[in-house]
Amino acid sequence: MSDLLYMVLVAPFKDMAGAPAFLVEVLIGGVFAGLMYSLVALGFVLIYKASGVFNFAQGVMVLFAALTLVGLLERGAPVVVALALTVAVMVGLAYAIERVVLRPLVNQPQIILFMATIGLNFFLEGFGEMAWGANVKKLDIGIPDRSFIVRGVQINELELTAAVTAAVLVTLLALFFQTTRIGRALRAVADDHEAALSIGIPLKTIWVVVWSVAGVVAIVAGLMWGAKSGVQFSLSLIALKALPVLILGGFESVPGAIVGGLIIGVGEKLGEVYWGPLVGGAIENWFAYVLALAFLLVRPQGLFGEKIIERV
Amino acid sequence: MASAAPRPLLSVSNIEVIYDHVILVLKGVSLQVPEGGIVTLLGANGAGKSTTLKAISGLLRTERGEVTKGTIEFQGRAIHRQNPSEVVKHGIVQVMEGRHVFEHLTVEENLLTGAYTRRNGHSTKKDLEVVYHYFPRLVERRGFKAGYISGGEQQMVAIGRALMARPKMMLLDEPSMGLAPMLVKEIFDIVGRLHREEGVAVLLAEQNATMALQVAQHGYVMENGRIVLDGDAKTISENEDIKEFYLGLTGVGQRKSYRDVKHYRRRKRWLS
Ligand SMILES: Nc1ncnc2c1ncn2[C@@H]1O[C@H](COP(=O)(O)OP(=O)(O)O)[C@@H](O)[C@H]1O
Ligand SMILES: [Mg+2]
Repeated sequence: MSDLLYMVLVAPFKDMAGAPAFLVEVLIGGVFAGLMYSLVALGFVLIYKASGVFNFAQGVMVLFAALTLVGLLERGAPVVVALALTVAVMVGLAYAIERVVLRPLVNQPQIILFMATIGLNFFLEGFGEMAWGANVKKLDIGIPDRSFIVRGVQINELELTAAVTAAVLVTLLALFFQTTRIGRALRAVADDHEAALSIGIPLKTIWVVVWSVAGVVAIVAGLMWGAKSGVQFSLSLIALKALPVLILGGFESVPGAIVGGLIIGVGEKLGEVYWGPLVGGAIENWFAYVLALAFLLVRPQGLFGEKIIERV
Repeated sequence: MASAAPRPLLSVSNIEVIYDHVILVLKGVSLQVPEGGIVTLLGANGAGKSTTLKAISGLLRTERGEVTKGTIEFQGRAIHRQNPSEVVKHGIVQVMEGRHVFEHLTVEENLLTGAYTRRNGHSTKKDLEVVYHYFPRLVERRGFKAGYISGGEQQMVAIGRALMARPKMMLLDEPSMGLAPMLVKEIFDIVGRLHREEGVAVLLAEQNATMALQVAQHGYVMENGRIVLDGDAKTISENEDIKEFYLGLTGVGQRKSYRDVKHYRRRKRWLS
């Protein structure tokens, strides 16, 4: 009995302390994974805030963006051109979604819109594979997947680039929301869409903007993840990891998506490396869900779930 | 031919409004607001005041309502098929019942969103000054989240926000709701000044007939989706039936609980 306690509660920390450089490496790996989850979760949050739609297709949007990018690169487009075209495709997709899916379903109950995004999910998956092929592809954006060593800690160049890019993207988004006219309008719609309409903010424009932003976020996530592990169907499954992130961070909170992603990414890597051997490994696959479940019981609105302002 | 009367700013002619394809709420409503006038639309709870205002502003469709008969013209232009942002661009802004400020935005951000349809950043600054001039109380509140200020201040934010769109006409839906009489007076005085000094026309829906008839020039009385009486404000306030049925009828406690139910219903339907 005390053996078991020792193995669970003491030994892992001794291991950590014993090899700090390795611990740092594990943490960095966790942060990298976490940022990817954050990016996907961020796409969810933006769309949910501005339109109340839970976008089931967010994961497939990541796959679709990555497929498009790879497809263009394979056809010989320079990286910058391919990126610009992919952005154009995602913005076009946002327009199409607003026109074909959202507009006709305005005023329908939330569940109908959710179903519509499930349809969108299958459409994008099929369409993406039809257009670009279904085999696993290598995405090479010119950043080598190699490591350098700083004070005994191995740092992967690709992961570092990804982390910095994600951080920059998140900062830009925050600035966009806080300081621009459209950003302010987006927050207004998230707060009270009827009042936003009453002062002439066109919801259609706002929807196109959020879906476009979610599309761009998907490109970055697809780019980083795809460069790491190839572009293939499983890319869309990182969306499944975004769900626990959302539960942790709150569906309506941008900072929540970021912090939630980091907690899950770091948590599952630590769990896998230090506690995994105790249960035969594969903690990574379920850790996020258990954490989210535990969290749900304690704080259902999430870490940063927006406060509901109650007045009398 | 009697064609001497000038064309009214707003002219609602014989409109019928149906919710959810089956619920007939307005049954042939006609009313007019002259250029630069203040007109009040009186009636008990459920009479159809809000529905009338929403038909004008185009907000009706977000509640699955539709103008199925009649026309609404603003400056001679038919607007009953336009969406709210087009209507705002023509110069009509509705201040919704129950205030509806953006609670997580600051007071100043709330006001700035009101200028969304106008892109000129320069005049936005000046308009902000104008709003603070009329609502000096908001100056010290400018950095506060609008969810945390008092109900009266929220009503000021809602009116100020509408003002930022530089409207030719404002549709005010029960601005007195839930406010202490002193505050109601303060707000109505400001509305009166806005009208006189800025030339904004006002269509004011109210249950508080006494107050409304003091600022308005003309009044319509609504009952059950129909206009049952209209006349200049003085005549209406002296009408015996009105005195008995409307001026006395302000069951505040009862009104409040009914509203709560209605707001709840609205919250649940999200995307619109
Ligand atoms: N969204 C809606 N769907 C169905 N009926 C509605 C809706 N909104 C209002 N009504 C009905 O229309 C009538 C008039 O309501 P309303 O215009 O809000 O009146 P008032 O503003 O004068 O209190 C009421 O009987 C109300 O129940
Ligand atoms: Mg009403």
